[in-house]
Amino acid sequence: MSAVLDDHKHDHPHDDHHHADHHHGYGGMMRWITTTNHKDIGTMYLWFSFAMFMVGGTMAMVIRAELFSPGLQIVNPDFFNQMTTMHGLIMVFGAIMPAFVGFANWLIPMQIGAPDMAFARMNNWSFWILPFAASLLIISFFVPGGAPGVGWTMYAPLTVQMGMGMDLTIFAVHLLGMSSIMGSINIVTTILNMRAPGMTLMKMPLFCWTWLITAYLLIASMPVLAGAVTMTLTDRHFGTSFFNAAGGGDPVLYQHIFWFFGHPEVYIIILPAFGVISQILPAFSRKPLFGYASMVYATASIAILSFIVWAHHMYTVGMPVAGQLFFMYATTLIAVPTACKIFNWLATMWRGSLTFETPMLFAMGFLFLFTMGGFSGLVLSLAAVDIQLHDTYYVVAHFHYVMVAGALFAAFGGIYFWLPKWTGKMYNETLGKWHFWLSMIFFNMAFFVQHFAGLAGMPRRIPDYPLIFETWNKISSIGAFGFGLSQLLFLYIIVTAISSGEKAADKQWEGADSLEWTHLPSPVPYHTFETPPVIK
Amino acid sequence: MQQSSGRKIGRWALVAGILALAAAGSAWALEWNLQPAATKIADDIHDLHEYVMLLIVVIFVGVFGVMFYSVFAHRKSQGHKAANFHENTTVEIIWTIIPLLILVVIAWPATRAVIAQKDTTNSDMTIKVTGYQWKWGYDYLKGEGEGISFVSQLATPRDQIEGSAAKGEHYLLEVDNEVVVPVGKKVRILTTAADVIHAWGVPAFGAKQDAIPGFIRDIHFRAQKVGVYRGQCVELCGKEHGFMPIVVRVVSAADYTAWVGDQKKKIAAAADDPTKTYTLDELKTRGEKVYAANCVACHQANGKGTPPAFPPLDGSKLTNGPKGAHLDIVINGKPGTAMAAFGKQLNDTEIAAVVTYERNAWSNKTGEMVQPAEIKPLRK
Repeated sequence: MSAVLDDHKHDHPHDDHHHADHHHGYGGMMRWITTTNHKDIGTMYLWFSFAMFMVGGTMAMVIRAELFSPGLQIVNPDFFNQMTTMHGLIMVFGAIMPAFVGFANWLIPMQIGAPDMAFARMNNWSFWILPFAASLLIISFFVPGGAPGVGWTMYAPLTVQMGMGMDLTIFAVHLLGMSSIMGSINIVTTILNMRAPGMTLMKMPLFCWTWLITAYLLIASMPVLAGAVTMTLTDRHFGTSFFNAAGGGDPVLYQHIFWFFGHPEVYIIILPAFGVISQILPAFSRKPLFGYASMVYATASIAILSFIVWAHHMYTVGMPVAGQLFFMYATTLIAVPTACKIFNWLATMWRGSLTFETPMLFAMGFLFLFTMGGFSGLVLSLAAVDIQLHDTYYVVAHFHYVMVAGALFAAFGGIYFWLPKWTGKMYNETLGKWHFWLSMIFFNMAFFVQHFAGLAGMPRRIPDYPLIFETWNKISSIGAFGFGLSQLLFLYIIVTAISSGEKAADKQWEGADSLEWTHLPSPVPYHTFETPPVIK
Repeated sequence: MQQSSGRKIGRWALVAGILALAAAGSAWALEWNLQPAATKIADDIHDLHEYVMLLIVVIFVGVFGVMFYSVFAHRKSQGHKAANFHENTTVEIIWTIIPLLILVVIAWPATRAVIAQKDTTNSDMTIKVTGYQWKWGYDYLKGEGEGISFVSQLATPRDQIEGSAAKGEHYLLEVDNEVVVPVGKKVRILTTAADVIHAWGVPAFGAKQDAIPGFIRDIHFRAQKVGVYRGQCVELCGKEHGFMPIVVRVVSAADYTAWVGDQKKKIAAAADDPTKTYTLDELKTRGEKVYAANCVACHQANGKGTPPAFPPLDGSKLTNGPKGAHLDIVINGKPGTAMAAFGKQLNDTEIAAVVTYERNAWSNKTGEMVQPAEIKPLRK
């Protein structure tokens, strides 16, 4: 579509990148504020998400410190609720989602042979909305009443009781949603219109496929969330009664609307992670992905199913038998395409020629732990069992297995995998492995025991607990502190790699075969594929 | 060099893993599974859970056995050369069908359990449970004990929570008024709430149901063993969400009849006469108790509150100004905040007493009294 017309040839890795290497326009801070370059924007997304990861992580440390022993020691229950709410919102909307948008910005143009994203200025705006949204979330702590203490799900009518921190949060969600929708439109347009000649859809790296599907999920579900929080806003201030029975509304309506967004959201977070894993595993197995086409179809099936399973988050609201059964059957069905994916990844490794650099370790850690999270999801899908486990720590353990060991581990793997390409520098492999093993051990210490606490009946979102849960909480807290500290090692590894890492090769990983490895040098020049490569 | 550093980390990881397991093992004596079942349904849920877990463990070991075999046998450092096979429709179809079949096998017991759980017909008695911020109201609506009605709230003293006293055995799981039900009878529980969504549940019964303001939902249980069963509110309902436990005492039919008799007598004896005139001291003493039961969680024992969400009463304009405004907010609540309409929960004497107390406690020295007779005309 808008491929840059240009007489020079730039599609060879060792071509001198004489004019591609520098950028035009402002320097210093203004470069970052005004940039329309997908690589700059990708970098900003990733650093923003890491900053939010630290903020949300600090809140998790407060939560685990309070839960270290029964009784109230450090914070009051009100502040505790604010911590759990903001930890959830910041991690989901501030850390995990922007991290994968960062990957998308960096990689999609390079992987499909496009010079940049389709809407370069909108891309700038999608990013720069985020710091404002994050500021609103943080400011909410300092207004009368503090941040909302309603949980990241923001169930009505508890939201009506909150102070103006709730309104700030609602506006933050609006902004985050706008940013996501703009980013998604950009990704869809880029993938559908800007592929290099010969790069058919079914030749795209799987990462592009998972993001294409994710972008559609975002466009379909984010407006629904915006609607839900807007109704909350008018219920709070303008006398409407969407969620108030006294005025003809229904509090459960909120939950239906929220989870109609919320379940696709789960896959919005995990599908790009599937994409990253599908790039890493073949590279270190030195063998192509086993079933490329079936992986694409499985991803699409998961996305479609994600729209008809929302009420499995609501088995205890009192749905009729038919409702419980429908949502139970639909939910268990998701296990089928997910199992196909796991089998495909294992078949990719089978009889490969495996090496275990840090990205591969994180990918295998993902495989192992995400499968556990998937299995606990299967347990929870059974409505009768879920009624025992609903709103207990079992659920907390389940979604941290898919969000942290799933999405976050994939993001770590992806960073280690592409850092040499992005920066031209190598990280310290030994420290990278330390980061993996520390994360792996402390993660399981923090969250595996929460399954037991949940089975024994410990409710989530409580600042204090009966004595029988003490040991599990102690182990979990120690694990969480360890996991939190291990992430400082990650920061150290990345910063030292960028400042003083060894020079990386153009094709740092023997088995990597997508365009950014085969056609571009390391570090990638500022402008790439001004002339599209020809794909055979 | 790369390899040896990898192996060293591997060894470290092994040691750390063993330590973590040992730490977990020392706690093995603790609760790590579903609570012992006290109803048929909870029993069915246990069986279903165990059955599914068994399947999961078998599949998990099988699948990751393959992965670890691959990790050991197909590594480059062992000189393994990569094969180049990919795409095989037959294999793909097989590994799509097998999970589907496993799901069908699970679906049958799972469906039966759901149907049993949702069948609330033919109950022997009905109890309505109302969630308040932050306590439970119980009304016995039908069956033996009809008419009994009480509020049940946390009995754990504040100093145990704050750490200035040793924690008791049933820390956070004890209440002032327990729900008492007869053994072997099918009890239908209706849930609703007065303010926000709460959830009533007792793990040993396999029963859990959201209590939704403005709506009535139902569940049931039939306890098979005499005993005391404990649960907690399981839907975030604000500040004191972690402090509104549920205690159900299951007793024999004879004990239940005796309990019902006692309750009826107590109700008759405790009925306050709304026309009686009290002295200031009587009202203050009674008011302090009402305050401790209803107001202290937000406004605090010292009356300082936790502003700005929960304003102070000590030295405030409201408690030292005209008593009409003070009574209005206590009886009708303040919409859009956690301040509930206590007119629905407290009788005339209790309201008169607590308002008198608030106007004469801490540094408040209005000397004013409110008599129960003044409350009735204010009720809407």
